[in-house]
Amino acid sequence: MRLELKVNGRDVVREVKPQELLLDFLRESLGLTGAKRSCDVQVCGACTVLVDGLAVSSCCFLAAHANGREVTTIEGLAERKEFAQLEEAFTRHAALQCGFCTPGMLLTVSSLLESGELGSEEQIKESLDGNLCRCTGYRGIVDAVADLAGIA
Amino acid sequence: MTTLAGETTTRAQIGVSRPRRDAREKLRGQAQFVGDMLVPRMLHGRVLRSPIAHGRIVSIDTSAAEAMPGVVCVLTGADLQDIDPYYGHAIKDRPIIAIDKVRFHGEPVAAVAAETPAAAAAAVDAIVVEYEELPAIADVGQATAPGAPLVTDREAKPGLFHGLGELEPRDRNVCYRYRLDKGEVEAVFAHADIVVEGEYEFPAVYQYAMETHTVIAQVEGDEISLWANCQHPFLVRAEIADLFRVPVANVRIQVPYLGGGFGSKSYTKMEPLTVALARKAGRPVKIQNRVGESMVTTRRHNMRCRMRTAATADGRLLAREVTALFDTGAYADNGPRVVATAGDAAPGPYRWEAYRVDVSCVYTNLAPAGSYRAFGATHMQWIGESQVDEVARRAGVDRVEIRRRNLLTPGEEVRMDGKPLDADLVGDVEKVAEAVGWEEPKPPLVGRGVSVGVLAAGAHPVSSAVCRLEADGRVVVLVGTTEMGQGSRTALAQIAAEELGIDSERVTVRGADTRFTPFDRSTGASRSTTVAGLAVQRAAADIREQLERIAGTSDIDPDDYLALMRKHFGFAGGELIGRGEVAPVGSGSYAEGPVFWEVCVGAAEVEVDPDTGFVRVRRTATVADVGRAINPQLIERQDEGATLQGIGNALFEEMVYKEGMLLNDTLLDYRVPSFTDVPESMTCLIVENEDGPGPYGAKGCGEGALAAVPGAIVNALADAGVPMNELPLTPERVWRRIQELKKEGKWQQ
Repeated sequence: MRLELKVNGRDVVREVKPQELLLDFLRESLGLTGAKRSCDVQVCGACTVLVDGLAVSSCCFLAAHANGREVTTIEGLAERKEFAQLEEAFTRHAALQCGFCTPGMLLTVSSLLESGELGSEEQIKESLDGNLCRCTGYRGIVDAVADLAGIA
Repeated sequence: MTTLAGETTTRAQIGVSRPRRDAREKLRGQAQFVGDMLVPRMLHGRVLRSPIAHGRIVSIDTSAAEAMPGVVCVLTGADLQDIDPYYGHAIKDRPIIAIDKVRFHGEPVAAVAAETPAAAAAAVDAIVVEYEELPAIADVGQATAPGAPLVTDREAKPGLFHGLGELEPRDRNVCYRYRLDKGEVEAVFAHADIVVEGEYEFPAVYQYAMETHTVIAQVEGDEISLWANCQHPFLVRAEIADLFRVPVANVRIQVPYLGGGFGSKSYTKMEPLTVALARKAGRPVKIQNRVGESMVTTRRHNMRCRMRTAATADGRLLAREVTALFDTGAYADNGPRVVATAGDAAPGPYRWEAYRVDVSCVYTNLAPAGSYRAFGATHMQWIGESQVDEVARRAGVDRVEIRRRNLLTPGEEVRMDGKPLDADLVGDVEKVAEAVGWEEPKPPLVGRGVSVGVLAAGAHPVSSAVCRLEADGRVVVLVGTTEMGQGSRTALAQIAAEELGIDSERVTVRGADTRFTPFDRSTGASRSTTVAGLAVQRAAADIREQLERIAGTSDIDPDDYLALMRKHFGFAGGELIGRGEVAPVGSGSYAEGPVFWEVCVGAAEVEVDPDTGFVRVRRTATVADVGRAINPQLIERQDEGATLQGIGNALFEEMVYKEGMLLNDTLLDYRVPSFTDVPESMTCLIVENEDGPGPYGAKGCGEGALAAVPGAIVNALADAGVPMNELPLTPERVWRRIQELKKEGKWQQ
């Protein structure tokens, strides 16, 4: 089937199979490998991308469902002006280690910052609970996000 | 973070939390992992795995699969008749792919190479295998029962790197046994006032590196190239060369960033199968495991242990006796080393008159078990430390005080003929106890615990490094260390920079490429900063010496480097190459080791809900006793990560099997710690006494906290009224224990 969408601000038209996952479409057809495959069951968040600004697990999201919509991957987020703040805070707090969960984490964080839902450390933890990180113990990520959300 | 520095020397690049060198690439999604890589003409591999735990393969029909569109070839055991297809760095017991028999649920039986992942997956479904099912040995009890059938009847041949002296012949299903014997154990127990004893269970645990095992292999004549997410590329290279009968130098392994390791990518995993498939296909092949496949590729050993501890009425520890059976699954993998390390950790670092340790590595029909961060120590420390707490309770002594009285002090013997203690454990345990409010009043249903141990660290101390000072004044470090998140590239850059008196931003450390990178034994056992770091330090110092020779004086400034190179080479090119090597003092054997004792000290405060059995961790504290911190922030992050893994191992992580079949093989059913499991307070104390064997007195870290935290939690829960001897401490188990305590009249809340 024919798929027309915007990916990172650019128009994309491609033929896809109806059962093709958004994750495979992004990684294999478009070469956008920032989104990672890990759990395959929408638990870990490593494959997170934004569809119309909302964080989704692209491992469980059909490419066909993105038709006519706007998809943002880490490659696109990194081009935005506001990314500098995310990058600075995550670097300063060493809020990453192996980096495998990091793109998905940043996309979730950026959508939450946009929606203004992060009013406390508890909210940060609950809102980010769909993104796993096996390396850091989360402390650095919570601190970085608290800084970004302006929580003292 | 609190840094408790002793008198440390001030240095420009050391002891400074420089930002991670890989932060920019990783944050922007540009960092390359093996799964992101494409090799020209590359095919996609997919593995057919055994649906049963034990059986004879009667027939495999691959004809339908081979006829499918896009399929290039199907590999089975029949394709390996020109080589000796058995490998294993400890014991050569494992076929590249099942031959005649399957020995665990998930064992590779056939593999397909196809033009697309979808074609490979469809072809796997079209392979028809007929099995004659055999009874499965589902646990160590069955495996060691008299008359038990054998998991393997092959002669036990030592692997290339078992590293544990002369291997004894296999004793039925016991493939390795580690024993320690000191003093008159029976006599001491016979006269002891206090004897604490119990039986304990530790579950199988999945490391869950978020990036699954992924390999690309290419075979061209007798040249084999691999892109693999392996922690120990040089040991994998040797095993591949050995299996496929090519010179070691013909095997090239390139290692990009790893998406986590934690031991799961140590030694050889999916590499031989991928090479065998690429060899048959005549084209490069990528195999990328799914999570369920990586769960049957390696895991932490489950274990059954019996322990008893003897003490005087006033709490002087006298003797300990430990027997344990470690379930290594169908193939040994790193089981022997895990068992030896567990044996060393079993007595605990106390001043014993006598101890006896007897730990066995046992074959069963579960998937193979290998390394997972702080192996051996994590298995044993919570048990030994819960018995020390029980001795303290019976003797009426405070639980920190009993450790103060009995712990070894620096220079005392930890294990006969091994390295003496090289850390201040009493100081460490006092610090963590204070950090969780040891002396503060406790609310009801809240308990506190501490946990102390040491872990044999450093592995075999052989590393080499090359530093290249380029004509633009930048330095490139070639070292075999794998960056798997721990921050090795950042720390090693700081070490090279310090030696050369330059900023670490001017130093680049890349991943291993065994064609160009000099030999490094491995990335694990907390060894890289200590051992590879020392090689890097020496390589950088070598460049410095060359510059001083060119200048004819030792009084040179980094600003002079380019002029000195120009003087030496006569133009704007050329490079200075520095070489650094670390070789063992003595034989480097396990018996003479370890390189250092990694400190495993932690404390926890927990709260239990008696109605649900739910345990909440309120506070934790751990010690990174690192000798000299190269980058304090990275150390803190390491210990926080290890703390969360310790909480998972203690509270809920468990691979559940039924008759050898893994039941919870997805992240839906196997839970790992998430944001909401972070304790309210998580303190990492960095202790620096410049007493390590690495550069500037550094020694490794990052594993000790994982060994310590489960023990601290178990002891805290016992302090809250619920003594447990089986992990994980799931709400159901804790609730049932509380009901038992109530029946026995021992529930005191």
